[in-house]
Amino acid sequence: MNELVFFINNVVVSGTVSSSIYAMGAIGVTLVFSIMRFAHFAHADMMTLGAFFVLGLTMLFPEVGVAVGLPSALILMPIAMVLTAIVAVGIDRAFYKPLRDHNVKPIVLVIGSLGVTLMLQGLIRLFAGTGSRSLYIAERKDIFRLELPGELATRPIVITEPQIILFFCTVGAVVALHWFLTRSRLGKAMRAMSDNPDLARVSGINTNTVIAVTWMIAGALATAAGTLLSLDVVLKPDLSFFLLLPIFAAAIVGGVGHPYGAIAGGFVVGFAETLAVFNWAVLLRPFQDMLPAGWELPTYLAFVGTEYKITVPFFILVAILVWRPTGLFKGKVL
Amino acid sequence: MPLLDAQDVHGGYGSMNILNGVDLAIEAHEIGVIVGPNGAGKSTMLKAIFGLLQVSQGSIRLRGEDITNVAPNKLVQMGMGFVPQEYNIFPSLTVQENLEMGAYIKPRPHTRLLDHVFELFPPLVEKRRQPAGELSGGQRQMVAMGRALMTEPGLLLMDEPTAGLSPLFMNEIFTRIKEINAAGVGILMVEQNAKQALGIADKGFVLAAGQNRFTDTGQNLLNDPEVARSFLGG
Ligand SMILES: Nc1ncnc2c1ncn2[C@@H]1O[C@H](COP(=O)(O)OP(=O)(O)O)[C@@H](O)[C@H]1O
Ligand SMILES: [Mg+2]
Repeated sequence: MNELVFFINNVVVSGTVSSSIYAMGAIGVTLVFSIMRFAHFAHADMMTLGAFFVLGLTMLFPEVGVAVGLPSALILMPIAMVLTAIVAVGIDRAFYKPLRDHNVKPIVLVIGSLGVTLMLQGLIRLFAGTGSRSLYIAERKDIFRLELPGELATRPIVITEPQIILFFCTVGAVVALHWFLTRSRLGKAMRAMSDNPDLARVSGINTNTVIAVTWMIAGALATAAGTLLSLDVVLKPDLSFFLLLPIFAAAIVGGVGHPYGAIAGGFVVGFAETLAVFNWAVLLRPFQDMLPAGWELPTYLAFVGTEYKITVPFFILVAILVWRPTGLFKGKVL
Repeated sequence: MPLLDAQDVHGGYGSMNILNGVDLAIEAHEIGVIVGPNGAGKSTMLKAIFGLLQVSQGSIRLRGEDITNVAPNKLVQMGMGFVPQEYNIFPSLTVQENLEMGAYIKPRPHTRLLDHVFELFPPLVEKRRQPAGELSGGQRQMVAMGRALMTEPGLLLMDEPTAGLSPLFMNEIFTRIKEINAAGVGILMVEQNAKQALGIADKGFVLAAGQNRFTDTGQNLLNDPEVARSFLGG
């Protein structure tokens, strides 16, 4: 039973956590691609930036969460989402729009977004330093230990407060996005522009508005993902380094330009990573007694070591580009 | 005052000039038809009128108001509609969503406008929840025209509305075009099927190499032996 608990803690819980983060990031990447047709490399840095906005706000108002019993960072997150949405629109106006207006090839925009990546990383370090920070300033992280009934399980299932919040935020974001894309006027205009930008213009859709809304959604979701990840682990300026590859892998696995695919892709990549670093030897331990004396089961049996976790999305990415470049959901070819 | 009046229009893609001084004018309630060989610049002219490419010289007026290089979404608000030659539907949107996109600038609900389009194109009713990309060629063309009609335009531009359709569908579309026109919509369209199109045209324009070669009533062009010899296949 303890082995099962170990599996739940290390695969089910932690897989859901990274999958949710990747999904929220990948939705942004895929939406930006479907509207503007370029791979936005600065997206992971928008996640970091959003989380740093939350840090700044939490340092200003460390006590706001105390009254409601939630982390202050979470209460302040919506404000940071708005701030990041504004910054995202500003970055577009300042750096990407002039390029678009010159009808440049998509690759030029991609290189431009690499420049924005470097700029954001520099700015974050300039204002917030290089160290790791906790988003818990005035309170402590709640950790829930669920004891299983019965004799066999002596260890509890461990879930932290930010993990629970993350899960509900992801579900909320997905439901809201679905409603937006299928029911609202602007959401349908976004799908229309993704299908056929010229015809969208001919239909009277203001494509600049659609572009701005796309950046707002991408910036807001990036902030939520970055903040919840930082609440769960820690906030550091190079967070994006570990997010960029899995997020792009998720977007491509799901089929670029396909928001629901991005969610599925996030879960494929998140769980593939978690399963690849999981120590499967633990699950074999109960069978040790059945083996003849002298036979030892290995104590460590994982596909890759934890420190090489980042190679997993890389391999997924290569495999999908080789065998199914349109992704699981028939997206656009990057 | 003409509904649409384009004079000496020059323009093209980037620095490449395709149009070298095109003139065309139609009155309200008229059908204007542009014919001419492949690559003459017919589609380019419609795009120039609809603000989809830069006009470098000349002027375009709608009911006397200058609309040269005005953005497409503004033109839609001024009562113009455009059905492009290809890629003229949103394939992943349902038929109804395609039509709703046409009425993007109109206050909701769009029930009356939708009913009007479904009346004009009855086969679309049962396909309304289906992605438009799954429809047959003729039905896609109906979606494309329906989308443009959702704003109740006073002037409708159409680029080869019957291209690639079977003769049966072709006649069907021509009938619809006459109906739309009879309801008071001015029409300017490009057609490959020159004889049939000039037959319903009040004004005809024969373009070649980005310039007018002949401009007259549809009937006169049909009867002109020189036009017939060089552009209507004898
Ligand atoms: N998007 C484009 N970019 C560059 N050149 C184009 C483009 N579309 C058409 N052309 C060129 O413009 C000329 C006129 O094309 P078009 O207006 O489509 O002719 P048609 O009279 O057959 O509709 C052609 O030589 C064509 O190659
Ligand atoms: Mg053409």
